[in-house]
Amino acid sequence: MVSLFDYKVSELHQLLHKKELTVTDLVSESYKRIGEVEDKVQAFLTIDEERAREAAKKMDEKIGTDEAKGLLFGMPIGVKDNIVTKGLRTTSASKILENFDPIYDATVASKLHNAETITIGKLNMDEFAMGSSNENSGFQVTRNPWNLERVPGGSSGGSAASVAAGEVLFSLGSDTGGSIRQPASYCGVVGLKPTYGRVSRFGLIAFASSLDQIGPITRTVEDNAYLLQAISGVDPMDSTSANVEVPSYAENLTGDVKGLRIAVPKEYLAEGVDEEVRKSVLDALKVLEKLGATWEEVSLPHSKYALATYYLLSSSEASANLARFDGVRYGYRTADPESLIDLYKKTRAEGFGDEVKRRIMLGTFALSSGYYDAYYKKAQKVRTLIKQDFENVFDKYDVIIGPTAPTPAFKIGENTSDPLTMYANDILTIPVNLAGVPGISVPCGFADGLPLGLQIIGKHFDESTVYRVAHAFEQATEFHKQKPGL
Amino acid sequence: MSRISTDQVRHVAHLARLAMTEEETVAYTEQLDKMISFAELLNELDTDHVEPTSHVLDMKNVLREDKANKGLPQEEVLKNAPEHQDGYIKVPSIIE
Repeated sequence: MVSLFDYKVSELHQLLHKKELTVTDLVSESYKRIGEVEDKVQAFLTIDEERAREAAKKMDEKIGTDEAKGLLFGMPIGVKDNIVTKGLRTTSASKILENFDPIYDATVASKLHNAETITIGKLNMDEFAMGSSNENSGFQVTRNPWNLERVPGGSSGGSAASVAAGEVLFSLGSDTGGSIRQPASYCGVVGLKPTYGRVSRFGLIAFASSLDQIGPITRTVEDNAYLLQAISGVDPMDSTSANVEVPSYAENLTGDVKGLRIAVPKEYLAEGVDEEVRKSVLDALKVLEKLGATWEEVSLPHSKYALATYYLLSSSEASANLARFDGVRYGYRTADPESLIDLYKKTRAEGFGDEVKRRIMLGTFALSSGYYDAYYKKAQKVRTLIKQDFENVFDKYDVIIGPTAPTPAFKIGENTSDPLTMYANDILTIPVNLAGVPGISVPCGFADGLPLGLQIIGKHFDESTVYRVAHAFEQATEFHKQKPGL
Repeated sequence: MSRISTDQVRHVAHLARLAMTEEETVAYTEQLDKMISFAELLNELDTDHVEPTSHVLDMKNVLREDKANKGLPQEEVLKNAPEHQDGYIKVPSIIE
Protein backbone atom coordinates (compact mmCIF):
# COMPACT_ATOMS: atom_id res chain seq x y z
CA MET A 1 0.00 0.00 0.00
CA VAL A 2 1.23 3.49 -0.86
CA SER A 3 1.91 5.80 2.05
CA LEU A 4 3.23 9.34 2.40
CA PHE A 5 5.84 7.81 4.67
CA ASP A 6 7.38 6.00 1.70
CA TYR A 7 8.93 9.39 0.98
CA LYS A 8 12.04 10.65 2.71
CA VAL A 9 12.22 13.91 4.69
CA SER A 10 13.96 15.64 1.78
CA GLU A 11 11.23 14.57 -0.65
CA LEU A 12 8.40 15.50 1.73
CA HIS A 13 9.97 18.93 2.19
CA GLN A 14 9.98 19.45 -1.57
CA LEU A 15 6.32 18.49 -1.77
CA LEU A 16 5.49 20.89 1.07
CA HIS A 17 7.47 23.63 -0.61
CA LYS A 18 5.66 23.11 -3.91
CA LYS A 19 2.37 23.18 -1.98
CA GLU A 20 1.48 19.73 -3.22
CA LEU A 21 1.23 18.59 0.38
CA THR A 22 0.34 20.10 3.77
CA VAL A 23 1.59 19.27 7.24
CA THR A 24 -2.03 18.47 8.07
CA ASP A 25 -1.92 15.78 5.34
CA LEU A 26 1.13 14.24 7.01
CA VAL A 27 -0.44 14.24 10.46
CA SER A 28 -3.66 12.82 9.03
CA GLU A 29 -1.67 10.05 7.38
CA SER A 30 -0.33 9.07 10.82
CA TYR A 31 -3.69 8.99 12.55
CA LYS A 32 -5.40 7.30 9.62
CA ARG A 33 -2.83 4.51 9.69
CA ILE A 34 -3.04 4.27 13.47
CA GLY A 35 -6.80 3.84 13.04
CA GLU A 36 -6.20 1.02 10.57
CA VAL A 37 -3.49 -1.03 12.26
CA GLU A 38 -2.95 0.04 15.87
CA ASP A 39 -5.34 -2.53 17.34
CA LYS A 40 -3.08 -5.19 15.80
CA VAL A 41 0.35 -3.61 16.35
CA GLN A 42 -0.25 -1.90 19.72
CA ALA A 43 2.81 0.33 19.47
CA PHE A 44 1.42 3.38 21.29
CA LEU A 45 0.87 3.98 25.00
CA THR A 46 -0.42 7.53 24.56
CA ILE A 47 -1.80 9.24 21.47
CA ASP A 48 -1.75 13.04 21.26
CA GLU A 49 -4.00 13.80 18.31
CA GLU A 50 -5.56 17.11 19.29
CA ARG A 51 -2.30 18.92 19.93
CA ALA A 52 -0.65 17.35 16.89
CA ARG A 53 -3.43 18.60 14.60
CA GLU A 54 -3.26 22.05 16.13
CA ALA A 55 0.50 22.20 15.62
CA ALA A 56 0.07 21.05 12.02
CA LYS A 57 -2.42 23.84 11.35
CA LYS A 58 -0.01 26.44 12.70
CA MET A 59 2.82 25.07 10.59
CA ASP A 60 0.70 25.06 7.48
CA GLU A 61 0.26 28.79 7.92
CA LYS A 62 4.04 29.15 7.66
CA ILE A 63 4.26 27.41 4.31
CA GLY A 64 4.88 29.85 1.51
CA THR A 65 6.08 32.56 3.92
CA ASP A 66 9.66 33.66 4.63
CA GLU A 67 9.42 32.51 8.23
CA ALA A 68 12.34 30.25 9.22
CA LYS A 69 11.46 26.55 9.28
CA GLY A 70 13.02 23.83 11.39
CA LEU A 71 15.26 21.07 10.02
CA LEU A 72 12.42 18.53 10.28
CA PHE A 73 9.55 20.94 9.70
CA GLY A 74 6.18 19.17 9.84
CA MET A 75 7.50 15.61 10.14
CA PRO A 76 5.35 13.24 12.29
CA ILE A 77 7.39 11.48 14.98
CA GLY A 78 6.77 8.92 17.72
CA VAL A 79 8.74 9.14 20.96
CA LYS A 80 9.71 6.25 23.22
CA ASP A 81 7.91 6.51 26.51
CA ASN A 82 11.05 6.82 28.65
CA ILE A 83 11.73 10.30 27.21
CA VAL A 84 9.92 12.91 29.27
CA THR A 85 7.60 15.23 27.36
CA LYS A 86 6.10 18.23 29.13
CA GLY A 87 2.37 17.87 29.61
CA LEU A 88 2.30 14.53 27.78
CA ARG A 89 1.98 11.41 29.96
CA THR A 90 5.28 9.54 30.24
CA THR A 91 5.28 6.11 31.87
CA SER A 92 8.45 4.25 30.89
CA ALA A 93 5.87 1.45 30.43
CA SER A 94 5.71 1.05 34.22
CA LYS A 95 2.69 0.97 36.51
CA ILE A 96 4.75 3.02 38.94
CA LEU A 97 4.55 5.97 36.50
CA GLU A 98 1.12 5.20 35.06
CA ASN A 99 -0.23 8.73 35.58
CA PHE A 100 3.03 10.68 35.44
CA ASP A 101 2.64 14.07 33.79
CA PRO A 102 6.14 15.55 33.21
CA ILE A 103 6.65 19.20 34.10
CA TYR A 104 9.63 19.68 31.78
CA ASP A 105 10.88 18.47 28.42
CA ALA A 106 13.86 16.18 27.88
CA THR A 107 16.59 17.99 25.93
CA VAL A 108 15.85 15.84 22.88
CA ALA A 109 12.17 16.80 23.14
CA SER A 110 13.11 20.51 23.16
CA LYS A 111 15.38 19.88 20.20
CA LEU A 112 12.50 18.20 18.35
CA HIS A 113 10.38 21.30 19.03
CA ASN A 114 13.15 23.46 17.56
CA ALA A 115 13.37 21.18 14.52
CA GLU A 116 9.56 21.45 14.25
CA THR A 117 8.63 17.77 14.22
CA ILE A 118 5.11 16.90 15.33
CA THR A 119 4.75 14.39 18.15
CA ILE A 120 2.08 11.85 17.28
CA GLY A 121 2.27 9.93 20.55
CA LYS A 122 4.38 7.97 23.03
CA LEU A 123 5.63 4.50 22.22
CA ASN A 124 5.54 1.22 24.10
CA MET A 125 8.71 -0.42 25.41
CA ASP A 126 9.88 -2.93 27.97
CA GLU A 127 9.38 -1.48 31.44
CA PHE A 128 12.24 0.95 32.17
CA ALA A 129 13.87 -0.34 28.94
CA MET A 130 14.66 -3.70 30.55
CA GLY A 131 13.97 -6.35 27.97
CA SER A 132 14.40 -7.48 24.38
CA SER A 133 10.81 -8.17 23.31
CA ASN A 134 8.36 -5.61 24.77
CA GLU A 135 6.84 -8.49 26.75
CA ASN A 136 8.04 -6.70 29.90
CA SER A 137 5.83 -3.67 29.28
CA GLY A 138 3.56 -2.98 32.23
CA PHE A 139 0.68 -2.29 29.83
CA GLN A 140 0.67 -4.20 26.53
CA VAL A 141 2.73 -6.34 24.19
CA THR A 142 3.58 -4.65 20.89
CA ARG A 143 3.46 -7.00 17.88
CA ASN A 144 5.87 -7.30 15.01
CA PRO A 145 4.20 -5.77 11.91
CA TRP A 146 5.81 -8.48 9.73
CA ASN A 147 4.20 -11.25 11.74
CA LEU A 148 1.80 -10.48 14.56
CA GLU A 149 2.73 -13.64 16.48
CA ARG A 150 6.32 -12.41 16.76
CA VAL A 151 7.87 -9.86 19.10
CA PRO A 152 8.98 -6.50 17.66
CA GLY A 153 12.17 -6.74 19.72
CA GLY A 154 13.02 -4.42 22.54
CA SER A 155 13.25 -2.46 24.47
CA SER A 156 12.34 0.18 21.81
CA GLY A 157 9.79 -2.22 20.28
CA GLY A 158 7.03 0.37 19.90
CA SER A 159 9.49 2.77 18.26
CA ALA A 160 10.55 0.21 15.63
CA ALA A 161 7.10 -1.32 15.06
CA SER A 162 5.38 2.08 14.59
CA VAL A 163 7.89 3.04 11.88
CA ALA A 164 7.68 -0.36 10.15
CA ALA A 165 3.86 -0.22 10.25
CA GLY A 166 3.82 3.27 8.71
CA GLU A 167 2.14 4.86 11.74
CA VAL A 168 4.81 7.56 11.94
CA LEU A 169 7.56 8.73 9.60
CA PHE A 170 10.21 8.06 12.23
CA SER A 171 10.75 7.72 15.96
CA LEU A 172 13.16 8.06 18.84
CA GLY A 173 14.29 5.06 20.86
CA SER A 174 16.95 4.49 23.50
CA ASP A 175 19.68 1.87 23.53
CA THR A 176 21.43 0.52 26.62
CA GLY A 177 22.44 -2.93 25.35
CA GLY A 178 20.86 -3.07 21.88
CA SER A 179 17.43 -1.58 22.50
CA ILE A 180 17.41 0.48 19.27
CA ARG A 181 19.37 -1.83 16.96
CA GLN A 182 17.75 -5.18 17.84
CA PRO A 183 14.12 -4.01 17.33
CA ALA A 184 15.21 -2.15 14.16
CA SER A 185 16.63 -5.45 12.92
CA TYR A 186 13.48 -7.42 13.88
CA CYS A 187 11.17 -4.86 12.24
CA GLY A 188 13.21 -4.20 9.08
CA VAL A 189 14.00 -0.53 9.74
CA VAL A 190 17.13 1.57 10.33
CA GLY A 191 18.20 2.20 13.95
CA LEU A 192 21.30 3.94 15.25
CA LYS A 193 22.82 4.00 18.71
CA PRO A 194 25.03 7.08 18.72
CA THR A 195 28.39 7.34 20.47
CA TYR A 196 27.96 7.62 24.23
CA GLY A 197 27.82 11.37 24.90
CA ARG A 198 26.66 12.38 21.41
CA VAL A 199 23.04 12.97 22.49
CA SER A 200 21.98 14.50 25.80
CA ARG A 201 20.38 12.10 28.28
CA PHE A 202 18.69 14.90 30.23
CA GLY A 203 15.07 13.82 30.58
CA LEU A 204 15.71 10.22 29.56
CA ILE A 205 14.38 8.14 32.46
CA ALA A 206 17.67 6.52 33.44
CA PHE A 207 18.24 2.75 33.29
CA ALA A 208 22.06 2.41 33.20
CA SER A 209 23.60 5.87 33.01
CA SER A 210 27.01 4.84 31.68
CA LEU A 211 25.42 2.92 28.76
CA ASP A 212 22.13 4.66 27.84
CA GLN A 213 21.91 6.67 24.60
CA ILE A 214 18.91 8.07 22.73
CA GLY A 215 18.88 7.49 18.96
CA PRO A 216 16.79 7.62 15.78
CA ILE A 217 14.71 4.86 14.14
CA THR A 218 13.77 5.52 10.50
CA ARG A 219 12.91 3.88 7.19
CA THR A 220 16.06 5.13 5.45
CA VAL A 221 19.66 5.93 6.37
CA GLU A 222 19.29 9.48 5.05
CA ASP A 223 16.36 10.24 7.35
CA ASN A 224 18.28 8.66 10.21
CA ALA A 225 21.13 11.11 9.59
CA TYR A 226 18.68 14.05 9.60
CA LEU A 227 17.04 12.98 12.82
CA LEU A 228 20.38 12.48 14.57
CA GLN A 229 21.42 15.93 13.33
CA ALA A 230 18.41 17.42 15.09
CA ILE A 231 19.07 15.81 18.49
CA SER A 232 22.90 15.78 18.74
CA GLY A 233 25.16 18.06 20.70
CA VAL A 234 26.54 19.01 24.08
CA ASP A 235 24.02 20.01 26.74
CA PRO A 236 24.75 21.89 29.97
CA MET A 237 22.00 19.79 31.63
CA ASP A 238 23.93 16.54 30.99
CA SER A 239 27.55 16.66 32.08
CA THR A 240 28.23 13.37 30.27
CA SER A 241 27.22 14.85 26.92
CA ALA A 242 30.39 15.48 24.94
CA ASN A 243 31.64 18.84 23.75
CA VAL A 244 32.56 17.50 20.33
CA GLU A 245 31.71 19.11 17.01
CA VAL A 246 28.59 17.75 15.32
CA PRO A 247 29.30 17.23 11.61
CA SER A 248 26.70 17.49 8.87
CA TYR A 249 25.78 13.81 8.65
CA ALA A 250 23.67 13.91 5.48
CA GLU A 251 26.44 15.65 3.53
CA ASN A 252 28.66 12.65 4.05
CA LEU A 253 26.27 10.19 2.36
CA THR A 254 28.36 10.02 -0.79
CA GLY A 255 27.82 6.37 -1.63
CA ASP A 256 31.59 6.02 -1.83
CA VAL A 257 33.16 3.18 0.15
CA LYS A 258 36.24 2.63 -2.03
CA GLY A 259 39.22 1.65 0.07
CA LEU A 260 37.09 1.21 3.20
CA ARG A 261 38.64 -1.33 5.57
CA ILE A 262 36.04 -3.58 7.21
CA ALA A 263 36.72 -5.87 10.16
CA VAL A 264 34.47 -8.89 10.68
CA PRO A 265 34.85 -10.37 14.18
CA LYS A 266 34.83 -14.16 14.03
CA GLU A 267 32.96 -14.17 17.36
CA TYR A 268 30.00 -12.42 15.65
CA LEU A 269 29.48 -15.25 13.17
CA ALA A 270 30.12 -18.08 15.59
CA GLU A 271 27.90 -20.76 17.08
CA GLY A 272 24.49 -19.50 18.16
CA VAL A 273 24.11 -17.29 15.09
CA ASP A 274 21.48 -18.64 12.68
CA GLU A 275 22.74 -19.93 9.33
CA GLU A 276 20.46 -17.54 7.41
CA VAL A 277 21.70 -14.61 9.48
CA ARG A 278 25.31 -15.58 8.81
CA LYS A 279 24.60 -15.90 5.10
CA SER A 280 22.91 -12.49 4.91
CA VAL A 281 25.98 -10.88 6.48
CA LEU A 282 28.37 -12.63 4.10
CA ASP A 283 26.18 -11.53 1.17
CA ALA A 284 26.24 -7.97 2.48
CA LEU A 285 30.03 -8.08 2.63
CA LYS A 286 30.05 -9.14 -1.03
CA VAL A 287 27.93 -6.10 -1.89
CA LEU A 288 30.35 -3.82 -0.08
CA GLU A 289 33.32 -5.54 -1.75
CA LYS A 290 31.78 -4.83 -5.14
CA LEU A 291 31.58 -1.18 -4.14
CA GLY A 292 35.33 -1.16 -3.46
CA ALA A 293 35.63 -2.00 0.24
CA THR A 294 37.82 -4.79 1.61
CA TRP A 295 37.16 -7.00 4.61
CA GLU A 296 39.15 -9.28 6.88
CA GLU A 297 38.28 -11.53 9.75
CA VAL A 298 39.42 -10.26 13.15
CA SER A 299 38.91 -11.24 16.77
CA LEU A 300 37.27 -9.39 19.64
CA PRO A 301 38.51 -11.97 22.12
CA HIS A 302 36.55 -10.79 25.16
CA SER A 303 33.15 -10.90 23.40
CA LYS A 304 32.01 -13.94 25.36
CA TYR A 305 32.35 -11.99 28.63
CA ALA A 306 30.26 -9.04 27.46
CA LEU A 307 26.86 -10.42 28.47
CA ALA A 308 27.84 -11.14 32.09
CA THR A 309 29.69 -7.82 32.33
CA TYR A 310 26.66 -5.99 30.99
CA TYR A 311 24.16 -7.60 33.35
CA LEU A 312 26.28 -6.84 36.39
CA LEU A 313 26.97 -3.21 35.42
CA SER A 314 23.56 -2.30 33.99
CA SER A 315 21.69 -3.91 36.89
CA SER A 316 23.94 -2.19 39.43
CA GLU A 317 23.37 1.19 37.82
CA ALA A 318 19.64 0.46 37.51
CA SER A 319 19.35 -0.43 41.19
CA ALA A 320 20.71 3.02 42.04
CA ASN A 321 18.74 4.90 39.35
CA LEU A 322 15.43 3.28 40.24
CA ALA A 323 15.80 4.10 43.95
CA ARG A 324 14.02 7.38 43.15
CA PHE A 325 10.72 5.57 42.59
CA ASP A 326 9.63 5.47 46.21
CA GLY A 327 6.05 6.74 46.15
CA VAL A 328 6.92 10.07 47.76
CA ARG A 329 7.36 12.86 45.21
CA TYR A 330 5.63 11.42 42.13
CA GLY A 331 4.24 8.21 40.71
CA TYR A 332 2.28 5.39 42.29
CA ARG A 333 1.92 5.13 46.07
CA THR A 334 0.61 2.09 47.95
CA ALA A 335 -2.63 2.49 49.90
CA ASP A 336 -2.52 2.66 53.73
CA PRO A 337 1.17 2.08 54.51
CA GLU A 338 2.03 1.32 58.15
CA SER A 339 5.23 3.35 58.16
CA LEU A 340 7.53 5.23 55.82
CA ILE A 341 9.67 2.17 55.12
CA ASP A 342 6.52 0.12 54.56
CA LEU A 343 5.42 2.79 52.08
CA TYR A 344 8.69 2.44 50.14
CA LYS A 345 8.65 -1.34 50.12
CA LYS A 346 5.01 -1.85 49.18
CA THR A 347 4.97 0.95 46.62
CA ARG A 348 7.95 -0.59 44.83
CA ALA A 349 6.72 -4.18 45.13
CA GLU A 350 3.33 -3.22 43.69
CA GLY A 351 4.60 -0.71 41.13
CA PHE A 352 7.51 -2.57 39.49
CA GLY A 353 7.20 -5.59 37.20
CA ASP A 354 9.01 -8.88 37.63
CA GLU A 355 12.02 -8.24 35.38
CA VAL A 356 12.65 -4.80 36.88
CA LYS A 357 12.63 -6.28 40.38
CA ARG A 358 14.96 -9.07 39.30
CA ARG A 359 17.50 -6.56 37.99
CA ILE A 360 17.18 -4.31 41.03
CA MET A 361 17.88 -7.39 43.17
CA LEU A 362 20.91 -8.44 41.12
CA GLY A 363 22.26 -4.88 41.11
CA THR A 364 21.70 -4.35 44.82
CA PHE A 365 23.48 -7.64 45.51
CA ALA A 366 26.43 -6.78 43.22
CA LEU A 367 26.86 -3.42 44.95
CA SER A 368 26.36 -4.69 48.50
CA SER A 369 29.09 -4.76 51.10
CA GLY A 370 31.29 -7.83 50.72
CA TYR A 371 30.34 -8.46 47.07
CA TYR A 372 31.21 -5.13 45.43
CA ASP A 373 34.78 -6.08 44.49
CA ALA A 374 33.95 -9.60 43.36
CA TYR A 375 31.10 -8.62 41.06
CA TYR A 376 30.72 -4.91 40.31
CA LYS A 377 34.38 -3.91 40.23
CA LYS A 378 35.34 -7.11 38.45
CA ALA A 379 32.81 -6.29 35.72
CA GLN A 380 34.17 -2.75 35.40
CA LYS A 381 37.63 -4.22 34.83
CA VAL A 382 36.37 -6.63 32.19
CA ARG A 383 34.65 -3.65 30.56
CA THR A 384 38.11 -2.13 30.10
CA LEU A 385 39.26 -5.29 28.29
CA ILE A 386 36.20 -5.24 26.02
CA LYS A 387 36.77 -1.57 25.22
CA GLN A 388 40.41 -2.32 24.39
CA ASP A 389 39.33 -5.09 21.99
CA PHE A 390 37.50 -2.44 19.95
CA GLU A 391 40.39 0.05 20.15
CA ASN A 392 42.80 -2.58 18.84
CA VAL A 393 40.60 -3.38 15.85
CA PHE A 394 39.91 0.29 15.09
CA ASP A 395 43.67 0.92 14.89
CA LYS A 396 43.61 -0.88 11.56
CA TYR A 397 40.01 -0.81 10.33
CA ASP A 398 37.35 1.83 9.64
CA VAL A 399 34.27 -0.12 10.67
CA ILE A 400 33.30 -3.44 12.24
CA ILE A 401 30.49 -5.41 10.60
CA GLY A 402 28.40 -8.32 11.83
CA PRO A 403 24.77 -9.28 12.40
CA THR A 404 22.63 -7.14 14.70
CA ALA A 405 20.96 -10.14 16.32
CA PRO A 406 21.71 -13.87 16.16
CA THR A 407 18.18 -14.72 14.93
CA PRO A 408 15.15 -13.04 13.36
CA ALA A 409 12.24 -12.02 15.62
CA PHE A 410 11.16 -14.84 17.94
CA LYS A 411 7.62 -15.81 18.92
CA ILE A 412 5.76 -14.04 21.69
CA GLY A 413 6.15 -16.17 24.82
CA GLU A 414 9.03 -18.21 23.41
CA ASN A 415 11.76 -16.84 25.69
CA THR A 416 9.90 -15.70 28.77
CA SER A 417 10.57 -18.67 31.04
CA ASP A 418 14.35 -18.23 31.38
CA PRO A 419 15.79 -14.71 31.74
CA LEU A 420 19.22 -15.89 30.57
CA THR A 421 17.92 -17.16 27.19
CA MET A 422 16.17 -13.85 26.68
CA TYR A 423 19.38 -11.95 27.49
CA ALA A 424 21.29 -13.92 24.81
CA ASN A 425 19.45 -12.00 22.06
CA ASP A 426 21.60 -8.99 22.87
CA ILE A 427 24.95 -10.75 22.68
CA LEU A 428 26.03 -8.91 19.48
CA THR A 429 24.84 -5.45 20.48
CA ILE A 430 25.91 -5.26 24.14
CA PRO A 431 29.69 -4.97 23.52
CA VAL A 432 29.04 -1.78 21.53
CA ASN A 433 27.42 -0.10 24.54
CA LEU A 434 30.18 -1.27 26.86
CA ALA A 435 32.78 0.31 24.51
CA GLY A 436 30.60 3.42 24.00
CA VAL A 437 31.03 3.38 20.20
CA PRO A 438 28.24 4.05 17.65
CA GLY A 439 26.38 1.22 15.88
CA ILE A 440 23.61 1.05 13.30
CA SER A 441 21.29 -1.71 12.13
CA VAL A 442 20.20 -1.65 8.46
CA PRO A 443 17.93 -4.18 6.71
CA CYS A 444 20.04 -6.88 4.99
CA GLY A 445 17.70 -9.75 4.18
CA PHE A 446 14.79 -11.94 5.20
CA ALA A 447 14.39 -15.36 6.76
CA ASP A 448 10.90 -16.90 6.52
CA GLY A 449 9.46 -13.49 5.77
CA LEU A 450 11.10 -11.91 8.82
CA PRO A 451 13.61 -9.06 8.40
CA LEU A 452 17.31 -9.39 9.29
CA GLY A 453 19.66 -6.57 10.23
CA LEU A 454 23.28 -5.79 9.40
CA GLN A 455 25.19 -4.10 12.21
CA ILE A 456 27.84 -1.53 11.30
CA ILE A 457 29.97 -0.30 14.19
CA GLY A 458 32.26 2.75 14.08
CA LYS A 459 34.87 4.62 16.08
CA HIS A 460 33.93 7.04 18.84
CA PHE A 461 32.09 10.04 17.35
CA ASP A 462 32.46 8.66 13.81
CA GLU A 463 28.74 8.27 13.05
CA SER A 464 29.55 9.86 9.66
CA THR A 465 31.47 6.81 8.45
CA VAL A 466 28.85 4.45 9.88
CA TYR A 467 26.15 6.33 7.96
CA ARG A 468 28.21 6.44 4.77
CA VAL A 469 28.67 2.66 4.77
CA ALA A 470 25.05 1.99 5.75
CA HIS A 471 23.80 4.32 3.02
CA ALA A 472 26.05 2.82 0.33
CA PHE A 473 24.79 -0.65 1.27
CA GLU A 474 21.17 0.49 1.36
CA GLN A 475 21.39 2.14 -2.06
CA ALA A 476 22.93 -1.01 -3.55
CA THR A 477 20.15 -3.27 -2.20
CA GLU A 478 16.35 -3.41 -2.18
CA PHE A 479 15.63 -4.72 1.33
CA HIS A 480 14.62 -1.34 2.75
CA LYS A 481 11.94 -0.94 0.07
CA GLN A 482 9.94 -3.91 1.31
CA LYS A 483 7.06 -3.31 3.68
CA PRO A 484 5.08 -5.61 5.94
CA GLY A 485 1.77 -6.76 4.50
CA LEU A 486 -0.34 -5.56 7.40
CA MET B 1 26.74 -25.22 45.63
CA SER B 2 24.24 -22.45 46.00
CA ARG B 3 25.74 -18.98 45.68
CA ILE B 4 23.03 -17.12 47.50
CA SER B 5 20.70 -18.16 50.35
CA THR B 6 17.08 -17.16 51.00
CA ASP B 7 18.33 -15.20 54.04
CA GLN B 8 20.66 -13.21 51.80
CA VAL B 9 17.85 -12.59 49.33
CA ARG B 10 15.69 -11.29 52.20
CA HIS B 11 18.52 -8.95 53.19
CA VAL B 12 19.04 -7.72 49.62
CA ALA B 13 15.28 -7.16 49.20
CA HIS B 14 15.36 -5.04 52.37
CA LEU B 15 18.31 -3.01 51.03
CA ALA B 16 16.45 -2.56 47.74
CA ARG B 17 13.25 -1.56 49.61
CA LEU B 18 11.19 -4.27 47.97
CA ALA B 19 8.46 -6.08 49.90
CA MET B 20 8.64 -9.78 49.10
CA THR B 21 6.46 -12.77 49.88
CA GLU B 22 8.01 -16.07 50.97
CA GLU B 23 7.13 -17.54 47.59
CA GLU B 24 8.88 -14.70 45.76
CA THR B 25 11.91 -14.98 48.02
CA VAL B 26 12.33 -18.62 47.04
CA ALA B 27 11.85 -17.85 43.33
CA TYR B 28 14.32 -14.94 43.39
CA THR B 29 16.87 -17.05 45.25
CA GLU B 30 16.80 -19.59 42.45
CA GLN B 31 16.95 -16.97 39.68
CA LEU B 32 19.66 -14.86 41.30
CA ASP B 33 21.69 -17.98 41.94
CA LYS B 34 21.59 -18.75 38.21
CA MET B 35 22.53 -15.23 37.26
CA ILE B 36 25.37 -15.03 39.74
CA SER B 37 26.79 -18.39 38.56
CA PHE B 38 26.61 -17.06 35.02
CA ALA B 39 28.41 -13.86 36.07
CA GLU B 40 31.21 -15.91 37.60
CA LEU B 41 32.35 -16.63 34.05
CA LEU B 42 34.31 -13.39 34.50
CA ASN B 43 36.55 -15.12 37.06
CA GLU B 44 38.29 -16.88 34.17
CA LEU B 45 40.01 -13.57 33.44
CA ASP B 46 43.01 -12.27 35.34
CA THR B 47 42.20 -8.60 35.93
CA ASP B 48 44.72 -7.85 38.69
CA HIS B 49 46.47 -5.21 36.61
CA VAL B 50 43.45 -3.85 34.74
CA GLU B 51 41.96 -0.46 35.58
CA PRO B 52 38.16 -0.42 35.96
CA THR B 53 36.06 1.55 33.43
CA SER B 54 33.15 3.45 34.92
CA HIS B 55 32.72 5.80 31.99
CA VAL B 56 33.91 5.40 28.40
CA LEU B 57 34.78 8.97 27.54
CA ASP B 58 37.91 10.65 28.76
CA MET B 59 36.26 13.51 30.64
CA LYS B 60 36.18 14.60 34.25
CA ASN B 61 35.15 17.56 36.39
CA VAL B 62 32.74 19.17 33.99
CA LEU B 63 32.32 22.64 35.47
CA ARG B 64 29.94 25.47 34.75
CA GLU B 65 29.67 29.07 35.81
CA ASP B 66 28.34 29.39 39.37
CA LYS B 67 25.18 31.21 38.41
CA ALA B 68 21.72 30.75 39.92
CA ASN B 69 18.98 29.65 37.54
CA LYS B 70 15.30 29.85 38.21
CA GLY B 71 13.86 26.60 39.52
CA LEU B 72 10.50 25.04 38.76
CA PRO B 73 7.41 26.60 40.40
CA GLN B 74 6.27 24.82 43.57
CA GLU B 75 2.78 24.27 42.23
CA GLU B 76 4.14 22.44 39.20
CA VAL B 77 6.53 20.33 41.25
CA LEU B 78 3.72 19.19 43.55
CA LYS B 79 1.48 18.28 40.63
CA ASN B 80 2.67 14.67 40.50
CA ALA B 81 2.99 14.14 44.28
CA PRO B 82 0.61 11.42 45.54
CA GLU B 83 -0.25 13.47 48.65
CA HIS B 84 0.58 17.05 49.56
CA GLN B 85 -0.63 19.77 51.88
CA ASP B 86 0.29 23.45 52.36
CA GLY B 87 3.12 23.18 49.84
CA TYR B 88 4.65 20.10 51.49
CA ILE B 89 4.73 16.48 50.34
CA LYS B 90 2.98 14.23 52.88
CA VAL B 91 4.40 10.91 54.08
CA PRO B 92 3.47 8.65 57.03
CA SER B 93 4.83 9.95 60.34
CA ILE B 94 8.44 9.04 61.00
CA ILE B 95 8.66 9.87 64.72
CA GLU B 96 6.35 7.90 67.03
